Amino acid sequence: MVAKRFIAFLLIVVVTLGAVGLTSPYLVQHIRLGLDLKGGFEILYVAEPIEGGQPVTKESLRQTADALAQRANAQKVAEPEVTPEGTNRIRVRLAGVADQQQLRDILKKPADLTFRGPDGKIEMNGSDFVQNGAKVAFDQYNRPYIELKVKDANKFKDVTTRLLNKPLAIYLDDNQLSAPVVQNVISDGVASITGNYTYDEAKKLADTINLGALPLKLTEKYTQSVGASLGQLSLEQTVRAGVIASILILLFMMFFYRLPGVVASITLIAYTWLLLVVFYLLHATLTLPGIAAFVLGIGMAVDANIITYERIKEEIRSGKSILSALKAGSKNSLRTIMDANITTVLAAIVLYFMGSGAIQGFALTLIFSIVVSIVTNVWLSRWLLTLLIRSNAAKKPAYFGVKESEIHAL
Amino acid sequence: MRYNFKFDIVKNSRKFFILSILITVVGIVTLIYPGLHLGVDFKAGTTLDISAGQAVDKAKAAQLFEEAGFPPSSITIGGNQGDRVTARFDKELQSAEVAKVIDKFKSAYGDKVSYEENTVDTELAKELARKAVYGVLIASLGIIIYVSIRFEWRFAIAAVIALLHDAFIVISLFSIFRLEVNLPFLAAVLTIIGYSINDTIVIFDRIRENMRFARLKTVDDLKDLVNKSVWQTMTRSINTIITVLIGALCLFVLGSESIRLFSLAMVMGLISGAYSSIFIASPLWLLMKRSTIGKKKAAAAAK
Repeated sequence: MVAKRFIAFLLIVVVTLGAVGLTSPYLVQHIRLGLDLKGGFEILYVAEPIEGGQPVTKESLRQTADALAQRANAQKVAEPEVTPEGTNRIRVRLAGVADQQQLRDILKKPADLTFRGPDGKIEMNGSDFVQNGAKVAFDQYNRPYIELKVKDANKFKDVTTRLLNKPLAIYLDDNQLSAPVVQNVISDGVASITGNYTYDEAKKLADTINLGALPLKLTEKYTQSVGASLGQLSLEQTVRAGVIASILILLFMMFFYRLPGVVASITLIAYTWLLLVVFYLLHATLTLPGIAAFVLGIGMAVDANIITYERIKEEIRSGKSILSALKAGSKNSLRTIMDANITTVLAAIVLYFMGSGAIQGFALTLIFSIVVSIVTNVWLSRWLLTLLIRSNAAKKPAYFGVKESEIHAL
Repeated sequence: MRYNFKFDIVKNSRKFFILSILITVVGIVTLIYPGLHLGVDFKAGTTLDISAGQAVDKAKAAQLFEEAGFPPSSITIGGNQGDRVTARFDKELQSAEVAKVIDKFKSAYGDKVSYEENTVDTELAKELARKAVYGVLIASLGIIIYVSIRFEWRFAIAAVIALLHDAFIVISLFSIFRLEVNLPFLAAVLTIIGYSINDTIVIFDRIRENMRFARLKTVDDLKDLVNKSVWQTMTRSINTIITVLIGALCLFVLGSESIRLFSLAMVMGLISGAYSSIFIASPLWLLMKRSTIGKKKAAAAAK
């Protein structure tokens, strides 16, 4: 029976460490890294309606985000992250871009597309066109032309009626791209622009019209760009610092708390691993401050072990047997740990609902790290310690860092 | 008694109050003038962080910026081998302008040149900071309610004062030493608040526990009880601060350049958090609690 418990203890330790060792490489490789760690750039756009008075709707914001993602995809960017935020913001995260400058210019390219009559009057603008409705087609002689769709066929009919046989020039900002002449009244909302275009020219014009069909105007409000090698360096340095810190913490715990310190070390490794699993499952993005919070989290998680072990030491000193000291110590310390952690979680929940973006990410990390630490550093730690003590492997107070001379008689 | 020969925290609490108030007052003064040294997140402009892959001479770097046509308002050389140039521009650089600067550096230091660029609309950072402040205030209210239910309102008030104290000490120290304040600083302050409340509650929990079995007749009894409780939890307080400081210091010394200030804020805040839990929070509670003893005594004497 006694030996069985010890074997059970060893089994749990081996299984836990085995799981950690086997899955960690996979986890580490598949956790999404922030831009500050892998390089790339991030732009926060603020969207405004091109024409005043139109509100930015959720739908138009999403459409714009989709269009941006498509544009990034067209430039062969792997996994562009484009997320609408709040009521009028779009965050774009792009990694592994060779020519950031060019891509940024493409994304940023003013989508202020206008169709102007001969007198310079703006007849239509980009938002009149169906998104991604423009494409290159070929006529019977295999000459490229641009086919486009408008949203409001009547409006287009009206414009083409008025400007029949007159040029309807296409402007991007104040640059005239092309000035096709209206050849017939178009009533079905599908038009074609023909001319002596090469395929590339036609493609470019079609792309620009699609781009102009973006319903919102984007302004860069925030940009951050990190070189890939610099991100890699930050990652290496910070992870190394974290590993060294963890080893020092483990050594400190084993030196100070002896046997329970060893248990604490096992639970700390389990804690770190479980938190990585949570990050992985939630598709959370690990950033540089995130790693820092992780390392500090280890220090804070170990607090649960410290509170429990100090309490157990006190109980041993008061003359209790090791087993009853463990029971009393665990019970008394649990209330302390729960009260302290619930208070912290409460603060984090409030921050989560009050804050946005980075604050929410921070609050979530805090909540998860506390929940995980209760699982590993309270529950797992107690279970392992109970098994050890019940197996009679840990009978001497010295194993707990308590001197015989400190023990009072009951 | 084991605790008789130890340092009397309660008796000396006035000194700690004065120390904390002093730092806070100096902090407030420097906050008013010259104010926090705001980084790029809170001040319009661009920061360029260039890693050259080899040691960079400051004069040479300044010359390169000059040649590119964009002299920065400040240049700092950092990194382990002095290979990192941080330049701050008061105006927002366009991406073409950044490219120009980088090209200059590439021609001088080769293709290993890598860079980090930050351009920020300050409104967003300010909004985030504003939300954080409101968040902390409302969270404090939540803490007060929870701790009042689980403990009593005096503990709640003392814990929240300790928490705000820690946040403010870090802000003060950053203000006094003119350290740059950016968004990660905000995260550091929030983490410190989380640590501070956790640390304080553990000591309060011990006071609460000791109160249950204590017969408190005089204010001195109460003082003894506070001293005893703080000392009973002292090993835990010290060991916990050691483990979290190991983490923060490793990040500060060995971590990447970009989180150095973040780690420094952490180190300051963690020390302040441990300090305030021991030397500020419990004596504050005592200060509020002692009047109840006097009343009881007076009531007893009147009988």
